[in-house]
Amino acid sequence: MLKKVETSPLLSVRNLRIEFPTRRGTLVAVDDISFDIAPGEILGVVGESGAGKSLTGAAIIGLLEPPGRIAQGEITLEGQRIDNLPYEEIRRIRGRRIGAIFQDPLTSLNPLYSVSRQLVETIQTHLPLNDKEARARALELLDEVGIPGAGERIDHYPHQFSGGMRQRVVIALALCAEPRLIIADEPTTALDVSIQAQIITLLKRLCHDHGTAVMLVTHDMGVIAEAADRVAVMYSGRIAEIGPVQEVVRAAKHPYTHGLMGSIPHIGHHVDQLTQIEGSMPRLQEIPPGCPFNPRCEEATDRCRVERPNLQSVNATEVACHLFDKAGA
Amino acid sequence: MFAFIIRRLLQSVLVMLTVALIAFGLFRFVGDPINNLVGQDTTLQDREKLRETLGLNDSFIVQFGRYVINTAKGDFGYSYMHRRPVKDMLVERMPATLELSIISVLMALFIGVPMGVYTGLHRNGLLAKIFMSMSLIGISLPTFLIGIMLILLFGVMLRWLPTFGRGEVVALGTWTTGLLTVSGLKALIMPSITLALFQMTLIMRLVRSEMLEVLRTDYIKFARARGLSNRAVNFGHALKNTLVPVITITGLQLGSVIAFAIITESVFQWPGMGKMFIEAVADVDIPVMAAYLCLIALFFVVINLVVDLLYYAVDPRLRIDQGAGGGHG
Ligand SMILES: Nc1ncnc2c1ncn2[C@@H]1O[C@H](COP(=O)(O)OP(=O)(O)O)[C@@H](O)[C@H]1O
Ligand SMILES: [Mg+2]
Repeated sequence: MLKKVETSPLLSVRNLRIEFPTRRGTLVAVDDISFDIAPGEILGVVGESGAGKSLTGAAIIGLLEPPGRIAQGEITLEGQRIDNLPYEEIRRIRGRRIGAIFQDPLTSLNPLYSVSRQLVETIQTHLPLNDKEARARALELLDEVGIPGAGERIDHYPHQFSGGMRQRVVIALALCAEPRLIIADEPTTALDVSIQAQIITLLKRLCHDHGTAVMLVTHDMGVIAEAADRVAVMYSGRIAEIGPVQEVVRAAKHPYTHGLMGSIPHIGHHVDQLTQIEGSMPRLQEIPPGCPFNPRCEEATDRCRVERPNLQSVNATEVACHLFDKAGA
Repeated sequence: MFAFIIRRLLQSVLVMLTVALIAFGLFRFVGDPINNLVGQDTTLQDREKLRETLGLNDSFIVQFGRYVINTAKGDFGYSYMHRRPVKDMLVERMPATLELSIISVLMALFIGVPMGVYTGLHRNGLLAKIFMSMSLIGISLPTFLIGIMLILLFGVMLRWLPTFGRGEVVALGTWTTGLLTVSGLKALIMPSITLALFQMTLIMRLVRSEMLEVLRTDYIKFARARGLSNRAVNFGHALKNTLVPVITITGLQLGSVIAFAIITESVFQWPGMGKMFIEAVADVDIPVMAAYLCLIALFFVVINLVVDLLYYAVDPRLRIDQGAGGGHG
């Protein structure tokens, strides 16, 4: 696994494995994944529902819910190991150094507190500002995320905002203390299609302005193509392919990535190549030996059913597929 | 908001009128009021004269109207048994019942809510499991049994606490209180625990299940992801969101506490309205029964109004006012 590391990564995940102990054995939900995020970079993470995207995000901010646990691996942020910190220390990192935006922005705000209260509370948790200063900052943030008439609306309650506006408030909350990294878990899935693009554009612009890196989880390849610098394709808790977005989208290598491309119409493949993937991702209890994708893969060989493929470099990307094994391996 | 209060007030008046009708019905259909007032040897003419002066020959509507007006003025007539105004008896008995009920509800709230929060937060902890098992006892044992067991243990065997009565009371105007003397406070301990136990376990279990529900919501996850302290998340964001159902149940329970007090008062020979009511039933003392009925109904109605107003205070979504509704794309 050679990697061209020009700057030291902001976030580095190494051999992460997430398990759920159950009565009938241990379920491995995320299996030995590694990736880096550079400062200011947007890393898209795609994959079907259940691929382990959200769990990876939760592990990074220390919010895995028991019985889920990190069984192996290391997570480092700016050189500091953060996966084994005491609760209070990782809590102080959340919001301050790593912000998060969750799956459903519509329900992410406490309905009983006004927007100003939630903003001020978060700001004061991380920054030494008094009430007046914190409120001024809250107002600035609302302005910045494009809430019209922020001065009037700041004391409104979440239910008084539309979905798109609430999502902007959520982004403002995530940006409160200028974190270096934001984990955005399907930030637009719950929104109207017409608003999705606005929100992605906003997120992209803000992160560019503030130099914030983003781990952008989505199952929408269109969003990835639009916003991400690099993309990681996940399948059954593993990374199938990871590389620069242009290369992955234009020249997908893993058969699974090929299949995913079926979801975006504007790429330069022949139509007959965009066959829909048959079947569905195996449940955790039923992940087959070898390559987890082999039962659905049209190009699977006997080897794929036995031997697990590891990530290997092919051009600028890395792909976990035996099709790319060097001759004689 | 204003229209809502008016509507609720009208509904309350309707409820009270219905209850008054039932209470009034007691007079008409349970026994003959004249028989209850005079002795065996009263002549028919005298009875007829009394009937005329008491207005018992007037039409139903006139009699009912008179009853409602008198009741509203606090004039509940004369007790058949004690030959004195029911109003005086109520004034005498009410402080005992109200002190017992209010102390019980406060006890149930201030012990039940923290225990509910605790068991919700540490749902697998040993202490939480002990609380939960104990709460089953509180829920399933009948009130009188708990009272009798307490009397047996602390009154008869250990001789720590008095087994009956209110102890010494101090008169503050017409209000007699047992809260200012040592013997009064000691006498209050067992009855209030007996009365509080059921409500306490109910509130605890309710807060617990609401907490479990709320802790799973996205806004709690997002609050944690913003790095807010556990204290702010658990006791601010989470607890406040459990309040609406807790207010409802506590409000309803306050009413039933006053009703349950009948049993507790009988067990502990507590000189309150409940005991007075039981005696009145035994003696077929209709005016006392009717007065008790109306008074309890009044408590329920007032409590319900207060509960509705508290909703407004807690939940901004109910405060629908101008500028609140409508979409804001
Ligand atoms: N508490 C849990 N117990 C067992 N399995 C779980 C639990 N939470 C998540 N999983 C499993 O982990 C896998 C990955 O979940 P997740 O990260 O949420 O997927 P996604 O890529 O859709 O975000 C899924 O197969 C899911 O069933
Ligand atoms: Mg997910």
